Amino acid sequence: MALDQEQNFQAKIDAEDKIEPKDWMPEAYRKNLIRQISQHAHSEVIGMQPEGNWITRAPSLRRKAVLLAKVQDEGGHGLYLYSTAETLGITREEMINALQDGSAKYASIFNYPAQTWADVGAIGWLVDGAAIVNQVSLQRTSYGPYSRSMVRICKEESFHQRQGYELMLTLCRGSEAQKAMAQDALNRFYWPSLMMFGPHDSESAHSASSMKWKIKRETNDYLRQKFIDQTAPQIEFLGLEHPDKNLIWNEERGHFEGSELDWDEFKRVIHGDGHCNRQRVQHHIKAHEEGAWVREALVRYKQKKKLKAA
Amino acid sequence: MSAENLQLFEIFLRSKRGLDHKHVGSLHAEDHEQALEYARDVYTRRSEGVSIWVVRSDDICASQEDDSESFYDPSNDKPYRLATYYQLPDEVNNM
Ligand SMILES: [Fe+2]
Ligand SMILES: [Fe+2]
Repeated sequence: MALDQEQNFQAKIDAEDKIEPKDWMPEAYRKNLIRQISQHAHSEVIGMQPEGNWITRAPSLRRKAVLLAKVQDEGGHGLYLYSTAETLGITREEMINALQDGSAKYASIFNYPAQTWADVGAIGWLVDGAAIVNQVSLQRTSYGPYSRSMVRICKEESFHQRQGYELMLTLCRGSEAQKAMAQDALNRFYWPSLMMFGPHDSESAHSASSMKWKIKRETNDYLRQKFIDQTAPQIEFLGLEHPDKNLIWNEERGHFEGSELDWDEFKRVIHGDGHCNRQRVQHHIKAHEEGAWVREALVRYKQKKKLKAA
Repeated sequence: MSAENLQLFEIFLRSKRGLDHKHVGSLHAEDHEQALEYARDVYTRRSEGVSIWVVRSDDICASQEDDSESFYDPSNDKPYRLATYYQLPDEVNNM
């Protein structure tokens, strides 16, 4: 019986059919999706912190309004994704607990601090840029609700990268000091952005089943290459130096090739030893606890209304 | 039971796996099960759908279009939420 179900399930996937919440699915598929989608949701929410830190210090009202709108979008993306994960039978509370006790991960890029105003530009351009490459590919994921939230999110993301690049362009056309600040932000954010695509395919623990089930549609290395290729001319246009001194154009392959990434750093940050790991989770816990009275007030208000109606 | 006493249900159809359910119309029925069967007969005679949702109309809480000005006003003056707001030179405009 289970075998038939599993064959039937894989046949749907192979035929590019979407899996919907009430369909039968293998337990491992459900688990794999919950892990990936909740991790994605946590990343959206934790990702509000480094940029949120600059809202009050934005250099103009225009920049402040833009940054506020972007950070607000990321909160909304977190909501879409938590709701998507909930269709698989996990509760919001379980997911938040897993984030706060460290058993669930989020994109390690957000454990790097946003030290200067130029970092806000670099984050929009590179971090959102890398996220978009990944999310565009996930629009074709096999789980219907995840696919639909990716379509919605990609539509909203489109301004995030452009505002970041525009900010960088403004700095690069400004004073020497402003251009130096842009270069410094690029130097620090380039490498961790490449790491956002995850380990090499040969090292990736979840890749094989994710590909078979079409949860992921393209491999980590393929997507990373795509991002390297699209970013190189954008760096050149800014008039900045490429952070990878070994970058060369491989005519035959039609791709850029560069240095190997510092995978020790990648592991260190993932396992909790980045600049801001503790701070990010602590801040989340603090905000969550400080919001407890709002949640409580909502429950009380509902009870009161019920009493009145009765 | 006369038709007037039947409840009103709103019908949503998913035309193809992977797509959102879309509102297609409403009908009267005794209960959810009957609404599902009626919806099948009325709205999917030409295989228009692979999945039907029926929702009691009473259970739908809708925003009022008359209030739309004040309801949506906070978003209307924020064109910077759109990608087209950011003018980039042609060389890098494809992001
Ligand atoms: Fe986002
Ligand atoms: Fe974003």
